Amino acid sequence: MNEVSSSETVARAALEKPPAVPGALFARLFARVRNRPEWVCLPLTLVLVIGGWEWYVAAYKVSTLILPPPSHILSALHTGLASGVYVKALLVTLQAILLGFLLSASVAFILGTLISQVRLIEATIYPYVVALQTLPKIAIAPLILVWVGLGIESKIIIAALVSFFPMLVNTIVGLKSASADKLELMHALTASRIKTFFLVKLPEALPYIFAGLQIGIVLAVLGAIVGEFVGAKAGLGYLIIQMNYTMDVAGMFAVLVILGVMGVVLNVLIAVLRKRVIFWQRTDVSAI
Amino acid sequence: MNVVDGLAAGRQAFGTRPAGAPTIRCLGVSKVYETIEGERIHALADIDLAVHEGEFVSVVGPSGCGKSTLLRLLAGTLPKTAGEMFLRGSPITGPRRDIGIVFQTATLLPWRNVLQNTLLPVDVQGLDKTTYTARAHNLLQMVGLAGFERKYPFELSGGMQQRVSITRALVHDPAVLLMDEPFGALDALTREQMNLDLQRIWAAARKTVFLITHSISEAVFLADRVLVMSARPGRIIAELNVNFSRPRSLDVMGTPEFGRLVTQIRHDLAASGALD
Ligand SMILES: Nc1ncnc2c1ncn2[C@@H]1O[C@H](COP(=O)(O)OP(=O)(O)OP(=O)(O)O)[C@@H](O)[C@H]1O
Ligand SMILES: [Mg+2]
Repeated sequence: MNEVSSSETVARAALEKPPAVPGALFARLFARVRNRPEWVCLPLTLVLVIGGWEWYVAAYKVSTLILPPPSHILSALHTGLASGVYVKALLVTLQAILLGFLLSASVAFILGTLISQVRLIEATIYPYVVALQTLPKIAIAPLILVWVGLGIESKIIIAALVSFFPMLVNTIVGLKSASADKLELMHALTASRIKTFFLVKLPEALPYIFAGLQIGIVLAVLGAIVGEFVGAKAGLGYLIIQMNYTMDVAGMFAVLVILGVMGVVLNVLIAVLRKRVIFWQRTDVSAI
Repeated sequence: MNVVDGLAAGRQAFGTRPAGAPTIRCLGVSKVYETIEGERIHALADIDLAVHEGEFVSVVGPSGCGKSTLLRLLAGTLPKTAGEMFLRGSPITGPRRDIGIVFQTATLLPWRNVLQNTLLPVDVQGLDKTTYTARAHNLLQMVGLAGFERKYPFELSGGMQQRVSITRALVHDPAVLLMDEPFGALDALTREQMNLDLQRIWAAARKTVFLITHSISEAVFLADRVLVMSARPGRIIAELNVNFSRPRSLDVMGTPEFGRLVTQIRHDLAASGALD
């Protein structure tokens, strides 16, 4: 019975009276699972959805050109990864995403700082920023391709454009969020503007800035993929378009899986960084 | 109530202070706020007061009478409408470094630990870190926070946080300590303990203290002198000397003299219409 693992064991341990040494382990495991049922329910949901999907496609004989079963997607994923095609495309797209995101985050931070701290800049620039924000950024993508070409530069720029505004707005809101108490304290201590900025305003803004980064990274992925749709010579978005032409639907799903995993990993990385940097915060500031 | 009488009482008391330049001096200070709707709120009217070197002065008054306003004027964070204010002989024109302030809430920076919070004025004012770190350790020891230097504010109780804010107010060795209802947010037991601690700190640090409070017994227990303010526009309507020997124990609160002072202040407040 020691060979059997995961939820099945847990369920069995629940039914049987636990035997000697390994039994004690299961009893402990069971006690923990009883407190945190989501440890079982969360993976179980995935298993049910994928199993149901597989069963549905087989039972109703759905064309694999419309909805391939998970097993086909898995084998497409396997061959694609083994041949190195996906990895090459992933690296191209990831590079565009990260460079676009870094560019966008840096500019958003610098411009956000200027807008939030210098009244004249706020009055001069911010109205245009707000007006431009209403523009659907993706609509500019073809234009960017015309200007910059089919290479990775156009993807970087589109990823940066699409992810820019939430990060800018969050920086501005965050840098203005320091409480009146703290600002009065700094004023009473005769703090200079620079000191007040670095000692109070910036740390106070960090939760907002990180919330912006978390939205921004998702949008940077979107921007890079859209850029590759519009015109490219490599990348995951380019791969999807190619597979679309050849009706390789299982392959398209495989690329979607890769995109999904990449998105989750990027988000978790930022979340981990956020937790380390903003160690004093217990509750999350909701994203703006 | 008769405003002129109250004013006269304040002036007269002011006149009886001992000679020598006072540490804090206000002459005919008043403050009018302009609200956004253009309404003019007369918060303080014609305040005269003097606080001497090393003296502990408490101010009591009804809510909204302008106590915090007075403290902000002294701290230089708020411009006055009329009158003159001096700190150690020089006019108060803005925030200055020879003042330490304790607010009603501790206002600690959550990303700084206890020692770093205490050292905030040192960082802000670019003072020598080594010298003042030693001083900060002494102060933390004095308020009973030795061993908590590396703890963060969210790991402290409300009383401990307020102790840190007191060490922060004292670390740069200011001549004057201004306190705006520093213990108002604490429970009664913690508050009594903080009163004892503050007395001890004051005795050790020999600062001039200007304490605003809602609590009449706290004012009497701690102060050499209690100033009583009227309802808005705030004026000083009475002044009482408190002559218990120091250090005072909490038992002082049970003496007839203590009761007499508290009753007297109640009467003064009631006469000004504060307790309607
Ligand atoms: N910025 C402001 N603008 C307009 N009116 C103000 C402003 N600040 C305070 N006031 C008014 O001035 C009066 C005095 O305020 P202040 O905060 O000094 O009172 P306080 O004596 O400290 O009251 P409390 O005991 O409740 O703290 C109040 O009536 C208040 O409404
Ligand atoms: Mg007040």
